[in-house]
Amino acid sequence: MARMTMIEALRSAMDVKLADDPSVIVFGEDVGYFGGVFRCTAGLQARYGEERVFDTPINESAIVGMAVGMAAQGMRPCVEIQFADYVFPAYDQITQEAARLRHRSNGQFTCPLVVRMPTGGGIFGGQTHSQSPEALFTHVAGLKVVIPSNPYDAKGLLIAAIEDPDPVIFLEPKRIYNGPFAGDPHGKSVPWSAHPAGEVPEGHYSVPLGTASVCREGSAVTVLAYGTMVHVAQATVDRMGVDAEIIDLRTLLPLDLDTIRASVEKTGRCVVIHEATRTSGFGAELIAEVQEACFWHLLAPILRVAGWDAPYPHAQEWDYFPGPDRIARALQQVMEA
Amino acid sequence: MADISITTKGAREASEDESGAMHTAGDITRIRLQFPHPPARPDQPADFSAITVPEAGILPVPPLDIEAGGCRDLALGMVRVLDDNNQPVGPWADYLGDLSADRLRQGLRDMLKMRAIDRRMLNAQRQGKTSFYLQCTGEEAIGCCFQRELSQGDMNFPTYRQQTLLVAADYPLEQMMGQLYSNALDPLKGRQLPIMHSARDYGFFSISGNLGTQYVQAVGWAMAAALTGTGKIAAGWIGDGATASNDFHSALLTASVYVPPVVLNVVNNQWAISTYTGIAAGKSETYAARALGYGIPAIRVDGNDYLAVMAVSRWAIARARQGQGPVLIEWFTYRAAAHSTSDDPSAYRPRDEARAWPLGDPVERLKAHLIARGDWSEERQVQAEAEILDEVNAVQKAVEAHGTFVDPQPISPAEIFLNVYADMPEHLRRQRQETGY
Ligand SMILES: Cc1ncc(C[n+]2csc(CCOP(=O)(O)OP(=O)(O)O)c2C)c(N)n1
Ligand SMILES: [Mg+2]
Repeated sequence: MARMTMIEALRSAMDVKLADDPSVIVFGEDVGYFGGVFRCTAGLQARYGEERVFDTPINESAIVGMAVGMAAQGMRPCVEIQFADYVFPAYDQITQEAARLRHRSNGQFTCPLVVRMPTGGGIFGGQTHSQSPEALFTHVAGLKVVIPSNPYDAKGLLIAAIEDPDPVIFLEPKRIYNGPFAGDPHGKSVPWSAHPAGEVPEGHYSVPLGTASVCREGSAVTVLAYGTMVHVAQATVDRMGVDAEIIDLRTLLPLDLDTIRASVEKTGRCVVIHEATRTSGFGAELIAEVQEACFWHLLAPILRVAGWDAPYPHAQEWDYFPGPDRIARALQQVMEA
Repeated sequence: MADISITTKGAREASEDESGAMHTAGDITRIRLQFPHPPARPDQPADFSAITVPEAGILPVPPLDIEAGGCRDLALGMVRVLDDNNQPVGPWADYLGDLSADRLRQGLRDMLKMRAIDRRMLNAQRQGKTSFYLQCTGEEAIGCCFQRELSQGDMNFPTYRQQTLLVAADYPLEQMMGQLYSNALDPLKGRQLPIMHSARDYGFFSISGNLGTQYVQAVGWAMAAALTGTGKIAAGWIGDGATASNDFHSALLTASVYVPPVVLNVVNNQWAISTYTGIAAGKSETYAARALGYGIPAIRVDGNDYLAVMAVSRWAIARARQGQGPVLIEWFTYRAAAHSTSDDPSAYRPRDEARAWPLGDPVERLKAHLIARGDWSEERQVQAEAEILDEVNAVQKAVEAHGTFVDPQPISPAEIFLNVYADMPEHLRRQRQETGY
């Protein structure tokens, strides 16, 4: 076992797959020689050569479009979009092409590609380095959507995503690239090396897509979260001393409804947390699923804690971020109902 | 170059894969793809030998109604006005005519002010007073001079590296720094990343972080100016790296179709973060040449030569204003500083590359020209630098009194909810109430 940051774990996943499968290929802006602005691909071009790891022009639709063409022939591209905020030029290629190729060709052509991108805020990045666009992908038939919350899962999920026969949107919460985040920007920063999930095997393993993980067991309320918000939820629950069960969804699509149902049937209460804007966010989908599956077990209305329905601000970042205070208020309200 | 090598005979044996398809043995041409490389990496000496620097003064000034077909030499060559002795030469120098010493000294002061602001703000970022900063070192002549050739009411569609336009538009430094500090003086109320200015009254469109989007918007603004008869023009700005974006091509296409009064600027500073300009250029010889395929006249210019910038800006702006249509200008320059405060260029290019840049430094060149004219001196330079630094320091101190990241006077969180819509919808009103502001 090694100690890895999430960045190192992601790099290790690509390293393992580049080594064991010649059809795997990695590219994106600043990804080749330099190794990516977040350094996720550092050293891979030197190891595997530039036919396997290379720099692209600044054209996201070209990045994904090329990947679709390669994937259709049987290669397994794992491409990087520098920030999730910059994926939109590629939205056509992802949602109209990659997502539907298998279906519209009746399986003659398929699209086993991965589109990696840093997501979420908490780094004072302003409105074009902070967005969380997961719901724009979960709304599209044919895509899988993954978002890890720690190095161990990041590596295992990325390997599973690269090995998956269908297109996978792989969202990387950039606020926790180097360590978990409890939600207090003035708090002490903890590195992944001091966290159990920073223990990552060097070699091949995978975390199957479509499985959530119960990262804290409890019986009073179920908290559904993913990415950075898993840690913020954990810190808040610890601070409050609530007997909450926290589920890290890990994969938004396909959703692990069995794990969610089992938990809500036990607790009878549920709070959903995400950084993305509230209206039509993934929380709406979660709440719909939970109430359909668990209506007769519910003791209180399900609440959502989410980003405000406004562009992500720069200076007022911590007034925007759905932090511990807002989560605590929602938990209290659900517990008292 | 794509080189083609032939694999050895029978290297691939006949085999059957999982799907049952047969691979035939025999001679297979293994086509090698092209992966463009910069001339030098960190462990190598800087090498600009592949860049031809044409003599100053050799290219003609075309008539304002020139068509793309007549622009080949201008698009593949490089307009340069100052010669090796810092004297203006050739047709573009004649086009400028007699320039007043005041106009040139204004240019020098603009660039010195820009440099002082960049230095001070970089320093402020290092002290944690702001979250982010980005310099335009080496590129000062382009925006500083272009802006002085525009008229009130014209609109720039800039990138984050055109703070020069604001300086030369005499945008109040208090507002500029207020934005950089996200404090009470920030006209954008803390919403935008530092450097993402917006200054409508100063001809500066709101900057987007999403590369390329502004370029085609400049075409739309110019079309609206024509449709409503304002007599104003638009200027689009884009970096060499971002010419790869879809919107760059959308802009050229629509400019070619509707022929609006727009000047399309490409600032080729040789780098896009860590990515060498060849990754955006591919097999194109110059970015200017790309416009010719769209039927748009184009000129490549020595962007570190203030007089060349002035001459070509004046010509292009006059052409657009007279209704002769769009023109693309490739400003050839070098990004002498890091991409931003998040970047360390020593990881991907030689440390001494900026010093080896064959087109020199725009400030030094204009200064030398003014001295050669007898209108400036080393002493006056030292004095001007000190005066400008004092002015910038004084404003910086005054602006910092309204708050910085280390000594914050936060802007109200209510600003998150204002101006999302003209009228705040009910759901947003509820969310605002929840924040307590
Ligand atoms: C659509 C989009 N993709 C990627 C980025 C990330 N990014 C920011 S600046 C930059 C490099 C731009 O280089 P260039 O256009 O040459 O401008 P320069 O920084 O040299 O002025 C990149 C890739 C972005 N902002 N927008
Ligand atoms: Mg550039």
